Amino acid sequence: MGETSINFAKASSAALQDQQLRGNFRRAMDGLMSKRAVQFADTAEWNGVRTLGASVRLRALSKLPELLEKLEANCTRNGIQVHWASTTDEANAIVLSIMQRVNAKLVVKGKSMVSEEMHLNAFLEKHGIESLESDLGEYIVQLDEAMPSHIIMPAIHMNTKQIAHLFKQKIKEAEYTEDVAQLTDLARRVLRKKFATADVGISGVNMAVAETGTLCLVENEGNGRMSTTVPPVHIAVMGLEKVVEKLEDVPPVISLLTRSATAQPITTYVNMISSPRKEGEKDGPNEIHLVILDNGRSGIYADEELRNTLRCIRCGACMNHCPVYTKVGGHAYQAPYPGPIGSILMPQVEGLEKRGELPHACTMCNACVEICPVKIPIVEIMGRLRSEAVHPGDAVKGAGSHASKAEAMVWKGWSMTYASPLAYQFATALLAKLGNAAPASLPLLKEWTNVRSKPRFANRTLHALAREKGIPDV
Amino acid sequence: MSESRNAILGKLRAGRDAHPLTPPESDFAVLRNKRWDGAERMERIKRMMEAVHTEFLETTEAGWPADVQAFLKAQGTRNLLFGPATEAGARLSAEWTEGGPDLIPYADRVETFKERLFDGIDAGITTTLGAITDTGSLIVWPTPEEPRLMSLVPHMHLALLRADALYDTFWQAMTENRWADGMPTNALLISGPSKTADIEQTLAYGVHGPKRLVVVVIR
Ligand code: SF4
Repeated sequence: MGETSINFAKASSAALQDQQLRGNFRRAMDGLMSKRAVQFADTAEWNGVRTLGASVRLRALSKLPELLEKLEANCTRNGIQVHWASTTDEANAIVLSIMQRVNAKLVVKGKSMVSEEMHLNAFLEKHGIESLESDLGEYIVQLDEAMPSHIIMPAIHMNTKQIAHLFKQKIKEAEYTEDVAQLTDLARRVLRKKFATADVGISGVNMAVAETGTLCLVENEGNGRMSTTVPPVHIAVMGLEKVVEKLEDVPPVISLLTRSATAQPITTYVNMISSPRKEGEKDGPNEIHLVILDNGRSGIYADEELRNTLRCIRCGACMNHCPVYTKVGGHAYQAPYPGPIGSILMPQVEGLEKRGELPHACTMCNACVEICPVKIPIVEIMGRLRSEAVHPGDAVKGAGSHASKAEAMVWKGWSMTYASPLAYQFATALLAKLGNAAPASLPLLKEWTNVRSKPRFANRTLHALAREKGIPDV
Repeated sequence: MSESRNAILGKLRAGRDAHPLTPPESDFAVLRNKRWDGAERMERIKRMMEAVHTEFLETTEAGWPADVQAFLKAQGTRNLLFGPATEAGARLSAEWTEGGPDLIPYADRVETFKERLFDGIDAGITTTLGAITDTGSLIVWPTPEEPRLMSLVPHMHLALLRADALYDTFWQAMTENRWADGMPTNALLISGPSKTADIEQTLAYGVHGPKRLVVVVIR
């Protein structure tokens, strides 16, 4: 991804023209929403586990520095080597130095959002290391040389036919088929060889337990287990917020995560890794490395309100329920994290100069807040970021970068009008008389009237009508 | 490296100390109160696991090795990977009869065994520490005698489940057995055969791990 600012408006308007893409998303999201509703049909249970999950995440945040130290101490005691990275560049360099030390040529990767954030594949390739995504969705996206469009279902934007063509084109031994079982089997054959020969396995971390020094990974496919068990070296990368205090905090979070993400009571595999291969054990990696990444998170943490962003358990439910995301799809956000969580996380991580448009990719409908299993006030944070974008000097990187003189003047005029009864009366009377004469093609109005009818002003103001009824102005 | 560590921790500490956060109490009652009775537990586990293509083989303490052998023979399975040093492994090799699938011990380190493991093994059998009623999950803790890949690489995974080792929830299993006092190298919950829905939301089984999971219920 380039360093230039991202144009969500342009990308989303292109996505809206793509009927195929819209159909693919609509179908998938409708299915996920209704299946998820079944999982949480018992409202008392949903409220109970959601409150518990939110408390687990908040407790972890309230002790974050101590828990990270404890995690480090317990991992180290267990034989896991812990590394700290302030930036993605530093994290990439740590990963590379481990690879170079073991002379690694091939890496198999389980799904990891943090590695997307690091653009790790491209980085490793630049250094002559083949980095192969092994989650089927990620593998498809990698073959397509594209970006994931959803944090749980990376290839959700493609249909079977498109994947069938892609496999035929990119995999040597592929016969063209639209049979999903056969396509899956083909991927199994290709990837099994890679698991068996890879020098290093890379994974993300769904949760790291400070109390025991345990890395938890949830997945359905088994590629995560393969990547963390077969190669002689395992490198796990995680954002620093992923820690929880105790082992008993894991079950409620996993329950919320799997049910919210894919409407499963649990995933096929819950993998809890606490150490590299011990004396006498016959398999498992000889080395495990944990890379803890900051990349702006400590800055987010410093602000009381924005800190709530770090509660996120990456379930993706907010995207599945977002009226904007479900129309335009994930690619329009041009970010590793799309949808509502991406719209608040990306500007905080990468700065408002580059990502300041994303908090506007929201109708403030609150659907994400209602669905979020750990009760993140996404919409409030969205509002805060909109304001940070135009007010210089506040908490978020790039604050003030979207300030425009014209906008500031409009708001100033607006507040003056509302502060003075005389000005207000004059302005509303003027709109009642002349507002309807304004052509639909006026700038700003044009954007609205493109797809909607022009708003009509009543020819008498509310104040005038009230006066007629004998209600005096205050 | 430790420069980053100290910078990150220092920043976090300063941020938190300036604006401390008092979290609400964690009330685990919602998990503590999830309970099922005797027979209901196994029924629910079966229902949930069968819904994700798990198969069940009912057997007895006395007869399980013979029943496993007969089952695999009927499936045309060529061989079965097992842990010879476990109690279950000892029973299997003692009671395995001629003419069934070959018993293959996982006796060497994976480095010397990898090619065979990935290319020539049809099925693997492991024990479990029990199962979880809430989610229909087996608890599997690999050991030196029963390595991690036995439940992952073979096309079929057979898991021995004692019918009296059932827990209500994942939380109950870990708190009652004090897992936090000593986690193994790798602890697993397994709730079905490997699966994916990454191609247009269509479920497909056996994408990377076992294509079949057979729970051998010992009563
Ligand atoms: S913000 Fe909430 S709903 Fe969205 S991914 Fe994070 S936890 Fe899930």
